Amino acid sequence: MFKLVKIAVRNLLRYKRRTLLTFSLIAVGVTFVLVFVSSSSAFKNLMIGQITDSMLGHIQVHKQGYMASIDSLPLTLNLSPKNMKKLEKAINSVPGIEAFSPRIKFAGMFSNFIETTNIRINGVYSDKETAVAPLLPGRVKKGEKVIKKGEIFIPELLAKGMKVKLGDTIVIIATNRDGSVNGKQFTVGAVIESVTGPGGRDGYMHIDDARELLRMEQLEISEIAIRLSDFDKLHNVSVGLTSALSEETNKAGKPIFDVRTWEDLSPFYNVARMIDIMTFFIKLMLIAIVLISVMNVMIMAIFERIREIGTMAAIGTKPGKILFLFLIEGFFLGVFGTIVGIIFTSLATYTINAVGISFNFGRQVGLILSPRLEMGQIFLISSIVIVVSVLAALQPAFKASRMEPINALRHV
Amino acid sequence: MSLISAQDLTKVYSLGELRVEALKSVSFTVEPSSFVSFVGPSGSGKTTLLNLIGCLDRPTSGSLTVAGAVISSLSRREAADFRGRNLGFIFQDFNLMPVLTVYENVEYPLLVVQNVVAAERKKRILSLLDTVGMLDQKDKYPDQISGGQKQRVAVARALVTNASLVLADEPTANLDSKTAFMVIDIMHKMKDELGVTFIFSTHDRKIVGEVETIYTLTDGMITGKAAGKGGRYV
Repeated sequence: MFKLVKIAVRNLLRYKRRTLLTFSLIAVGVTFVLVFVSSSSAFKNLMIGQITDSMLGHIQVHKQGYMASIDSLPLTLNLSPKNMKKLEKAINSVPGIEAFSPRIKFAGMFSNFIETTNIRINGVYSDKETAVAPLLPGRVKKGEKVIKKGEIFIPELLAKGMKVKLGDTIVIIATNRDGSVNGKQFTVGAVIESVTGPGGRDGYMHIDDARELLRMEQLEISEIAIRLSDFDKLHNVSVGLTSALSEETNKAGKPIFDVRTWEDLSPFYNVARMIDIMTFFIKLMLIAIVLISVMNVMIMAIFERIREIGTMAAIGTKPGKILFLFLIEGFFLGVFGTIVGIIFTSLATYTINAVGISFNFGRQVGLILSPRLEMGQIFLISSIVIVVSVLAALQPAFKASRMEPINALRHV
Repeated sequence: MSLISAQDLTKVYSLGELRVEALKSVSFTVEPSSFVSFVGPSGSGKTTLLNLIGCLDRPTSGSLTVAGAVISSLSRREAADFRGRNLGFIFQDFNLMPVLTVYENVEYPLLVVQNVVAAERKKRILSLLDTVGMLDQKDKYPDQISGGQKQRVAVARALVTNASLVLADEPTANLDSKTAFMVIDIMHKMKDELGVTFIFSTHDRKIVGEVETIYTLTDGMITGKAAGKGGRYV
């Protein structure tokens, strides 16, 4: 075994230029793919982080049917205190949930006493909301970062359009669930940055103010936003929560609660999927590069060494060992190419991070792309390259092992 | 019991519609520890005959027994195994592996084919390299030694497995006379010391007489049998 490995390595070193060229092709392929994967993954994770941490949360739970009418923010589909208790109990029973924030979502009229426009508002507990959407305080461009009673956070575009400043008094008028209208004065406590995505241009007020404005006798929640301690366990937690709530049914026997992950709530999920599909095709290109390079080298190597193969067979080397020898050569082409590729990728990602490539996403400007080499991706790409290298060597190696020694020895 | 026994051995090559009879009902025997040469012009069937004896090819008809094995009944894998255990080969172009040193070339069949343990391997290799006068060149690669030296390494490689039969196809064709005689001398010595049978094909008249038995092949048939200098059989 060790001897065959030694012979294989020496055979690779025998045609230095050709081997170097193949190594380079594989290394460049690995580098491009890993840099693309790490950059696209960094972009995707940054965007998902922006969307979930700014307003959405990782998971949301609504009353069944609410999502179908979410554009009208129906107060009639809010969760009752009894259902809220059931939901909180379920949340506490599922591991991996870091925080949750109850929200009352409603649409209202915003008046600065001169002009009136519409606004979507979230009634929240400031501390709970910040625990679920930790980037919310960072969105505050002017004013306090804590949502206090009697104050309202308004999106910057609305503030600009309605010529409203920090500390101004405004009026919010809203229709409650039985159709009556109520109004309440608020002080502008903060002007917040708008972000891309659902809820990115909503205003915020304290949940008690929302309850008072909507004349709720008891607290009725539109949704609960949830933050996980480990984002990678999104689907496990979602399934766990759905399972924990599955027995909660209404009189018709249908489930009361509707559990949705950010993927169901944000259109950016389609962009993320598109990135994944592009990554998949880039990986296919890498496979093609490796396959063609290694196969080409192995076919050439076998063609040039036919007499040698004949000699090996003549002196009693079994076909399996000849096959193995060429597979080892393919294997080492893949291994060395991958190692060099990983070194190149490390240098490339270090350079990208050092240079600091910035980009804008919607109204968010100056986001910095921070590609990071993940062990999982390195392992995956390395495995693909090495397996494909061996597979590419398989056909030529098989051909070599099946050569009749007499024909091989006659070869000129 | 004969080491080789051939009866009505025939080999026909088909090249499209053309049939070439390379060997025509050849019969002969070779005793153990003998030194035999097949001579004849190009196309007379020497190499074909050596290929059949060496299990590298199969006869079209007739029977051939080598070291107790019926050659035509061996599978591909069995033939490889048989060659590895019983036969040694010396080629006209030496056919040493260019990526292996002299020592490693001789070691190859012991390591890859016979799986001999390290200590035994080393003992056999050093002894044979000493015998063929290549011990001081053991760390050189084939492209660093002369043709004669390469052939001496090839002789050592053929013998290191304790083969009972060594087949050499035109082993001196690429060597000058002095070196050719030196290689033949080594073969003689090995035959006497180890009891190995050497069979080689040649049309080099100078060295033909060095063997014990000379078979002349013409157009695929044995047309003569004579004794050489060291002959014990006429």
